[in-house]
Amino acid sequence: MRIANLLKIAFKALNNNKLRCFLTMLGIIIGVASVITMLAIGQGSKDSISAQISEMGSNMIMIHPGSMQRGGVRQSADDMQTLTVADYESLRQIAGVAAVSPSVNSGGQFVNGNNNYPSTVYGITPEYLDIRKFSVREGAMFTDHDIKSAAKVCVLGKTVADNLFPDGTDPVGRVIRFGKIPMTVVGLLESKGTNSMGQDQDDVVLAPYTTVMKRILAIDYVQGIFASAVDESQTDDVIGAITETLRSRHRLRDDADNDFEIRSQQELSEMMNSTSDMMTVLLACIAGISLLVGGIGIMNIMYVSVTERTREIGLRMSIGARGVDILSQFLIEAVIISVSGGVIGVIVGVVATWVVNYVAHWPVNIQLYAVALSFAVCTVTGVFFGWYPARKAAGLDPIEAIRYE
Amino acid sequence: MCKEIIRITDLRREFMVGDEKVKALRGVSFTINEGEFVTIMGTSGSGKSTLLNILGCLDTPTSGDYYLDGENVRDMSKNRRALTRNRKIGFVFQNYNLLPKTTAVENVELPLLYNPSVDAVERRRRAMAALKAVGLESRVGHRSNQMSGGQQQRVAIARALVNDPVIILADEATGNLDTRTSFSILMLFQELHARGRTIIFVTHNPELSAYSSRNIVLRDGRMVSDTVNLSPASAKEIFMNLPDDND
Repeated sequence: MRIANLLKIAFKALNNNKLRCFLTMLGIIIGVASVITMLAIGQGSKDSISAQISEMGSNMIMIHPGSMQRGGVRQSADDMQTLTVADYESLRQIAGVAAVSPSVNSGGQFVNGNNNYPSTVYGITPEYLDIRKFSVREGAMFTDHDIKSAAKVCVLGKTVADNLFPDGTDPVGRVIRFGKIPMTVVGLLESKGTNSMGQDQDDVVLAPYTTVMKRILAIDYVQGIFASAVDESQTDDVIGAITETLRSRHRLRDDADNDFEIRSQQELSEMMNSTSDMMTVLLACIAGISLLVGGIGIMNIMYVSVTERTREIGLRMSIGARGVDILSQFLIEAVIISVSGGVIGVIVGVVATWVVNYVAHWPVNIQLYAVALSFAVCTVTGVFFGWYPARKAAGLDPIEAIRYE
Repeated sequence: MCKEIIRITDLRREFMVGDEKVKALRGVSFTINEGEFVTIMGTSGSGKSTLLNILGCLDTPTSGDYYLDGENVRDMSKNRRALTRNRKIGFVFQNYNLLPKTTAVENVELPLLYNPSVDAVERRRRAMAALKAVGLESRVGHRSNQMSGGQQQRVAIARALVNDPVIILADEATGNLDTRTSFSILMLFQELHARGRTIIFVTHNPELSAYSSRNIVLRDGRMVSDTVNLSPASAKEIFMNLPDDND
């Protein structure tokens, strides 16, 4: 028996039952397509979360004043003045810290001629750019000299620049006002868009922290310190070292709580990843079940088909088909259904993924392993669920089969 | 000159139906030579179906020997019998057993699909030749459901001829057809016989014995008569004298 002949026989048999064949395939198509789409959506959202987190700076460590009681009254974090410039300077000495910057900010109205826009000025050092993964698109970042001299210079985020200079003039070199303080624009930031929380990351103005502290807020403490570890794996060690340093500097007793809070992006990213992992597993389970149902559909149809075609099987046997020929025919039919269902399923899955991306704007990432896996599963399904009916067909007694009514 | 195609000796076949032993064949012996047109007759329960199954290598006897074209079928494995059916036997059934929604030529090609030594070109050539032999060369592309009963039976006969078998086994081949069509099919069998085909025609209809060259009658699993018909009646004459369908 030639394979080509077997294929020919199986194709003819399927061709005679196009609708049924298609409906059986539909189970597999839906199964495969949903596995691919679900995993693509799951992976896509995971990717976008981690991309957004790394945009914010995945090594970032944030230190804020925290938990302090004054005479039994717990204080709001804004009022606390536990972090100082000296604290910031001490953190620069810690090994594993790549960059560190104090942070003070003040909201207010920026004015340029007859345009004005409310935004927040962040007082920082140039290292802040590395921590938050900002970069300067035009002009230059202010310098350490500007910090020492508390120079009235600033770098604008895109949103602020667009609003203050709607006519498209180059802001670099121009003087804007923040409240009553004139500031020279020395640079423009590269646009970063919105972050995962929906905040506009371009709605910022960066200035030397000394300028904000002395000239705007008139305070002698910092509101927060941003730092970054050399790489993500060292984040925990660096957090430990920072905690040690700050506790000793603040002369906290061993049993006292920290008077500051340290948070890292890592915690956030782990939490978000575990959520999206769970969703992916859930989606994959649902899709896997639909693939299984598709497989049972094949078995059901092949089983019915064997009974329905008993006479045909008897005839084939009487004209010389061996049991193995009949077995192969039915098995090949099952495999053709499942494999072509798989191919169509892959196409439908890819298209559906694209549609999800295009219509719902969900981030997607088609997983090659999902395509390979679902395709392999549906082929195995075809053989597995086709085997039993095929065995039944091959085991028929030709004498009874040919006279079957 | 007379080559022996079939030789059966003391053929017995027993079935177990529940606890009861049913003896379908109780010792049948005969020899069929090349070029004979044999009708095997018997009422239902006479064992003619069982005999046909054994002759067609679908079943094996409980005891006794069956030589087909010099080979002992009793010793054959299941696959070997399938091969024998494919190469040496052509079946014609009462209900045609054509594949549905399949064209005449594809139906005729079917046995050759199970013969790896025949390629696609040869297969098509032989199928066309077989269809020509049964007078259906104009209907090769018709599907089985687009043909009359008589045409379907002709396709079935072409299918039986296509592998150039040593014997054609017909099981009530005219049983589902009206008188006129029956005679046309019978005529076809006589033509094939005239061209040297060996044919065994199993039927319960005693009238048909007049058209064969030899008639074997079975009753209760035994052969009760074996007569040679030296001057078979011509089905063609009867057919010509039948009134036309379109009256």
